[in-house]
Amino acid sequence: METTTKFSYYPGCSVEGMNKAYDKSARVVCEALGVDLVELNDWNCCGASAYMSIRELRAHLLSARNLALAEKEKKDLVVVCPACLTTLTKTNHYIAENPRLKKTITTALKAANLQYYGSVKVRHLLEVVVNDVGENEIKSRIKNSLQDLKVAPYYGCQLTRPFGEVDDPEFPTMLDKLLGWIGAKPVSYPLKAKCCGGMLMMTKEDVGLELTKNLLACAMENGAECIATICPLCHMNLEAYQDNVNKHFGTDFHIPILYFTQLIGLAFGFSRKSLGIDDELTPSKALLEKHLEVVR
Amino acid sequence: MPEMHADRRQHSITDVFLEDIYSIPGGDKIKDCIQCGTCSASCPTSYAMDYTPREVIASLRAGLLDRVLKSNTIWLCASCYYCTVRCPAGVKLTDVMYELKRLAVEFGYVEKRAKAPVVSKLFVDLVDKNGRIAEVELVSKFMIKTNPLAALSMMPRAWKLFKRGRMPLIPHRIKGVEELKKSASTIEEISGLHAGTGKTAEEA
Repeated sequence: METTTKFSYYPGCSVEGMNKAYDKSARVVCEALGVDLVELNDWNCCGASAYMSIRELRAHLLSARNLALAEKEKKDLVVVCPACLTTLTKTNHYIAENPRLKKTITTALKAANLQYYGSVKVRHLLEVVVNDVGENEIKSRIKNSLQDLKVAPYYGCQLTRPFGEVDDPEFPTMLDKLLGWIGAKPVSYPLKAKCCGGMLMMTKEDVGLELTKNLLACAMENGAECIATICPLCHMNLEAYQDNVNKHFGTDFHIPILYFTQLIGLAFGFSRKSLGIDDELTPSKALLEKHLEVVR
Repeated sequence: MPEMHADRRQHSITDVFLEDIYSIPGGDKIKDCIQCGTCSASCPTSYAMDYTPREVIASLRAGLLDRVLKSNTIWLCASCYYCTVRCPAGVKLTDVMYELKRLAVEFGYVEKRAKAPVVSKLFVDLVDKNGRIAEVELVSKFMIKTNPLAALSMMPRAWKLFKRGRMPLIPHRIKGVEELKKSASTIEEISGLHAGTGKTAEEA
């Protein structure tokens, strides 16, 4: 008997655009695991950092609209982007802690015939897979073990900071564990929860490149053959900007960057195409062929 | 959550800042800063900042907030929240940086072509128009506004992404966008501010 857990699913703008492979692989893997992701109807931007930098109340309103829509569905809201996680969670907390903010947001939502009572829990997919699905279930589905592929787990910032509700804010271990379950060898390296530069890659490129270069170098020096990501923005910086890093610093990085969902999918025997792995700018095919029994 | 409403510009920038920051849950912890510098040491971008995060709070206390608002510091904060989780006094420094960004825009401290404020403003406009953000639209409009020539150097990557189906060109507009606008104008009415312009609702 298959048990199915239902969640409302909030993809976020980033995986609708340049990072579709994350959404694609998340859906494939969740279906295999009996995690039923029902996309939240008519969701909007969460009000992430760039919006919050100009408008505070309206950023909270954007998050609150999503939370109000999710509350109607009476399920936890699962996200794949840590920035969406932090933004939605922040609104949840601040509304609960500041009665005046709550009143303002409630009045504003009412103008759109919506209401939010504060009951929705926002969760990142990684945490759902590790805590709700768990080790046994995942191991039982492995058809194509990653056979000691050395993977640097990269957490970035906002999965655990600032709230630290699901893992240690500075030394998270959740992704390390998961990588072990699918047969990979998680690489220990000190920068695993350091910042990639985020949107600075657009607005202050030299700083963005510096932070990204440090991460790539640190992972490589500690023996990583590829890096696992859980955030579309980190993924973009590490993957699509590797060429720029090389040009800027005279380095020679060619390290494949894969979403954690793509790695699980490979271990479950799904084809590269079905996981969106063909879309990448830093090819991983040769590496995967070296480690996996079957690479489709 | 401004108390001062329409006449924010009649007050000193320090008063406006404190008014806003105290309204954030835990915002009053800023009074407990002991100037230990843990924030600056934890910050991945402080090496490039005109004033480090510790100096931001020192400037506030010295009544020199305007030099911070003009500096590159606030726009180098990448929201990694290291300072926030490490601060022994519980100061919510990332929220402080957000507040400073908003004040810099509201009170006209930013240069017209400064990249980070430009991208934030575009982000807000596009989300207000469609309810979601389309990265391709954001990046291309950003390049046109800040440095059209540099756009050429991005073409090779753009083409590679396009070939791989990673450059969707048509932005998605949510169904509830008009309802969302109603909610947004309600917010403007309540706060009495045309947020981001520094004007009152009447002035705007």
